[in-house]
Amino acid sequence: MIFSDHLLTVITFLPTLGAFLLLFVGGRDEAANNLARYIALGVTLVTAALSLYLWYLFDPSNTGFQFVENYGWSDSIGYRMGVDGISVLFIPLTAVLMPAVILSSFGSITKRVKEYLIVFLILETFMIGAFATLDLAMFYVFFEGTLIPMFLIIGIWGGARRIQATYKFFFYSFTGTVLMLIAIMAMYWQAGTLDIVKLLTFKFPPEVQTWLWIGFFASFAVKMPMWPFHRWLPEAHVEAPTGGSVILAAILLKLGGYGFIRFSISMFPDASHQFANFVFVLSIAAIIITSLIALVQTDIKKLIAYSSVAHMGFVTMGIFTGNIYGIHGAIFQMISHGIVSAALFFCVGVVYDRMHTREIDAYGGLVSPMPRYAVVFMVFTMANVGLPGTSGFVGEFLTMLAAFQANTWVAFFAAFGVILSAAYALWLYRRVIFGAFTKESLKGILDLDRREAIVLVPLVILTIVFGFYPAPILDATAASVNLVAENFANAIGAAPAAVAAATGH
Amino acid sequence: MFIQAIVFFPLVGALIAGLLGRIIGHRTSEYITTGLLIGAAVLSWIVFAGFWFAPEAAEAGGHAEANKVEVMRWIVSGALDLRWVLRVDTLTAVMLVVVTTVSSLVHLYSIGYMADDPHRSRFFAYLSLFTFAMLMLVTADNFLQMFFGWEGVGLASYLLIGFWYKKPTANAAAMKAFVVNRVGDFGFALGIFAAFVVLGHLDFDGAFHAADGLKGNLPVIHFLSWDLDAMTVVCLLLFMGAMGKSAQFLLHTWLPDAMEGPTPVSALIHAATMVTAGVFMVARLSPLFELSPFAMTVVMLVGALTAFFAATVGLVQNDIKRVIAYSTCSQLGYMFVALGAGMYSVGVFHLFTHAFFKALLFLGAGSVIHAMHHEQDMRNMGGLRKKIPVTYWMMIIGTLALTGVGIPGTPLGFAGFFSKDGIIEVAYAAGGSTGYIAFWALVIAAMFTSFYSWRLIHLTFHGEPRGQHHGHDAHADHAHDDHGHHGSAYDNAHESPNVMLVPLYVLAVGAVLAGVVFNDLFFGHAEHIEHFFQGSLVVSEQLLEAAHGVPLWVKWSATFAMLFGFGAALWMYVYDREMPKRMAHANPGLYLFLLNKWYFDELYDRIFVKPALWLGTALWKGFDDMLVDKTITEGLGNRVKDITGKVVKLQSGYLYHYAFAMLIGIAALLTWAIAAGGLLG
Repeated sequence: MIFSDHLLTVITFLPTLGAFLLLFVGGRDEAANNLARYIALGVTLVTAALSLYLWYLFDPSNTGFQFVENYGWSDSIGYRMGVDGISVLFIPLTAVLMPAVILSSFGSITKRVKEYLIVFLILETFMIGAFATLDLAMFYVFFEGTLIPMFLIIGIWGGARRIQATYKFFFYSFTGTVLMLIAIMAMYWQAGTLDIVKLLTFKFPPEVQTWLWIGFFASFAVKMPMWPFHRWLPEAHVEAPTGGSVILAAILLKLGGYGFIRFSISMFPDASHQFANFVFVLSIAAIIITSLIALVQTDIKKLIAYSSVAHMGFVTMGIFTGNIYGIHGAIFQMISHGIVSAALFFCVGVVYDRMHTREIDAYGGLVSPMPRYAVVFMVFTMANVGLPGTSGFVGEFLTMLAAFQANTWVAFFAAFGVILSAAYALWLYRRVIFGAFTKESLKGILDLDRREAIVLVPLVILTIVFGFYPAPILDATAASVNLVAENFANAIGAAPAAVAAATGH
Repeated sequence: MFIQAIVFFPLVGALIAGLLGRIIGHRTSEYITTGLLIGAAVLSWIVFAGFWFAPEAAEAGGHAEANKVEVMRWIVSGALDLRWVLRVDTLTAVMLVVVTTVSSLVHLYSIGYMADDPHRSRFFAYLSLFTFAMLMLVTADNFLQMFFGWEGVGLASYLLIGFWYKKPTANAAAMKAFVVNRVGDFGFALGIFAAFVVLGHLDFDGAFHAADGLKGNLPVIHFLSWDLDAMTVVCLLLFMGAMGKSAQFLLHTWLPDAMEGPTPVSALIHAATMVTAGVFMVARLSPLFELSPFAMTVVMLVGALTAFFAATVGLVQNDIKRVIAYSTCSQLGYMFVALGAGMYSVGVFHLFTHAFFKALLFLGAGSVIHAMHHEQDMRNMGGLRKKIPVTYWMMIIGTLALTGVGIPGTPLGFAGFFSKDGIIEVAYAAGGSTGYIAFWALVIAAMFTSFYSWRLIHLTFHGEPRGQHHGHDAHADHAHDDHGHHGSAYDNAHESPNVMLVPLYVLAVGAVLAGVVFNDLFFGHAEHIEHFFQGSLVVSEQLLEAAHGVPLWVKWSATFAMLFGFGAALWMYVYDREMPKRMAHANPGLYLFLLNKWYFDELYDRIFVKPALWLGTALWKGFDDMLVDKTITEGLGNRVKDITGKVVKLQSGYLYHYAFAMLIGIAALLTWAIAAGGLLG
């Protein structure tokens, strides 16, 4: 038995093992809490290291699935794991952010510490599992399973209106996934298998595709979230503790984008083509409308939550162009947003831990007492704006380029996001960081401490490195993206999106 | 090659000053950044000299391959292969000289100007960061790297305008600059996409080659809902970016407000370098613009309108920096007229000379402001000639160069004389109704330029001191308010230290000589221009000959306009000083219209800012909260309120039960799914 043959299983279930271990930590005193914290940190660090090893071993030139484990006892449900260029990077993204989330909770979570850590470790298994599995039923279990820990995280460790928020979160997500479940059953009846590899080569009749597409869309559009199914997100973010917001924005939203590429585009190409304009309209609505809403927010977390919806608009727009640049850009945008939105929520957490308010008006002039914080926040603000040289730019550029090829109107409206994101992000920065430091309540506020710096500085470095040298991400995904785009083009009967396609004679 | 050193020295300086500034101290940061910049400037002049005296270029028939140095890969996806490449040709070399020379002098000057500021390391880090971004822009070998530099200078500009972050006006101005530039970038980005779709390449050589192949058979693009000439769409979209960065009419509103930044910043970014990026872009892309006569006409008209509009506003401003800012705006318009006419080398020539004399004027104004303890209102100045004579004479040289003093037909004249008169001649030679409109707009603007420039000199340096108390109260809250001076600003006015004066001397040399020395390379014989530029921009021999052959009255028109403006300023601000007031009273509407900058800020606030905020609120409160939340979500789940009410009553411990119920539900659904599937399958 070679270790790397079971690498995906190890990475997926190691956190659960850690959670199991935590059950044996007795006592509620500070020593027990600290022990639990360090066990969780250790487990997530090992998982992160293994996920990077996975990325290292991954062969980017291979378009097929790698690290495959297939123990299907029939064509129905089976234990199937494997990654390709579409899914592989989400695993290190998840695994690398987890230690940061655990570390950031050291100071801010003081009640039910052990339970908090257990829930997060189980959530990690669900998230990695959803990206790593090649069985549709298992995907459903993992995908749906993420709801429970997140539900608990917001419900137990959340803010004052947490019950409403969890309710709304559950209501939206569950409605979506029920429809997906029905679609999954229909697929099994049609294709006779739940093996994703086989399903990818199965050609569903176009009229069936339409219904299946709608079923999956219901689930992924809520998860993304796409406008107008986004309403749960700002609530959930506002009420969630910092770690919950980070994971929600950085990883859980990406399940929707991943699902669109893996299932909608790849398995239902005709329906995707048919619904492309519909998705474009919703994407543009997300980019423009939620940006405008972000402009008038008074709560820092809500502002960033709305900006997440806008950024996910670029992802859905890119995916449904169906061409290489769009899908490539969408994956890059998801990874980048995973880093940047996580960092922004960490940044909010930093000031929330000190002042216990998220109101923008409660802050101002923080650059004087917190110069290091101001620099870090500036980097992520600029990445959020999509400044070239930060990771935020590459994905936006590629998806808009793809949109321009697909339909110039789409690119035209999406480009308004370029202006609006600058407006809301810089206005937030100006109100929180700049100005005279005069508010009495803020006196004595401290700059980043060492633990916070350990969490944020690596994210700063990643944001800038991927802005200047995005090759590690683009190269790992290129072959699989080309395959998806090629299959899509073949399926809808168009020549692969040629450069000259949009020009006339 | 020197080019890596030129580009990366400033970045190294920025990183050292920015990250280690607190450890190594302000003085060391200043010396390191300034030293590295001077090094880069020396190397730039060496590179430039290589092109200036290039013997091999003549042999190659004026078309040498650009020198390219690949740094690393950037975005590679599908057919797209974008790399970080430093490209050096003549056009780049000219820009290298301008950027590094002015930047190194501004660094040096800032050592004196910012001497009392508690955040000097940060200031120098930003200055060097800006220089790095600007150098990346001018050495770009593809559209996207240019866009990187473009946004990078925008970031640095944002940081530097808002450098005194305690001033609300500075913060507002910084944000406005960034957002208005983003409106331009909206077009720039779409232009890049359109260029890729039409030409299939985003590297310049590939795009130019493809464009060459399109001659005679111009493609049509389906843009939005119309079929349009593809190159016109590409060029106009790209030009929108240029309009934002170079503060052209409609997108100019940020530039005067940017004067909230420290004065050395205004000299470097908002006069000599960043704002000329739009001019550089059009010159760099001249092979594309050549293919769209319509786009060229638009460039020319926008340039002419800006030159005229900004000059009118400059007539009545009272803030010394704002006068120079509007002057910059106006001069950028001149450059675009030359570009739009198709005489790119003359546009670049004016960019080159303008950098020297406008930086000189700004740094001179900085010296005045420094002397007056941060008083900027010219109404409170006057009579400073005796107090700060060196600054006075430097400002006089800058003014002579800006107003274009010289004798037509002879090689005698200040820098601006050659380049500005060149543009006016080109506009006339371009002919057609557009050419004549541009010609007359520029001649009138030249008269206004002369008027407001001398008005500035008279109000600031001549007459009696007017200020009774200086403006500490107006600028209360920044680093310089702890001087503790008493009495009027005039009494305490003092000449600036040498570290600030030496940059003025160097720039003054440029303002005097840059025209006469380089006239032949930019606006001489077509052959010389072609040899010099080696194909890095398009040279039209025909237009050049026409420009050299314009009637004598055209050649003298700018000089007459200049003399008229000078005379009017002399009359109104030296002999009959009540006259400006009388004129303002006689025409209150016109005066207010000009004083309020044609009411652009108010207009944009009404039609863009307020509606955007209103719409955001309406969509949030109306759609999200009311419709989606209250009506649909709560309407669909019939007993939402009951359930929520009950759940709220539960202790958090009961959540486990709730979650457990969910888990059971999922398991049940799954079992059913598989069972049902198994039965049917």
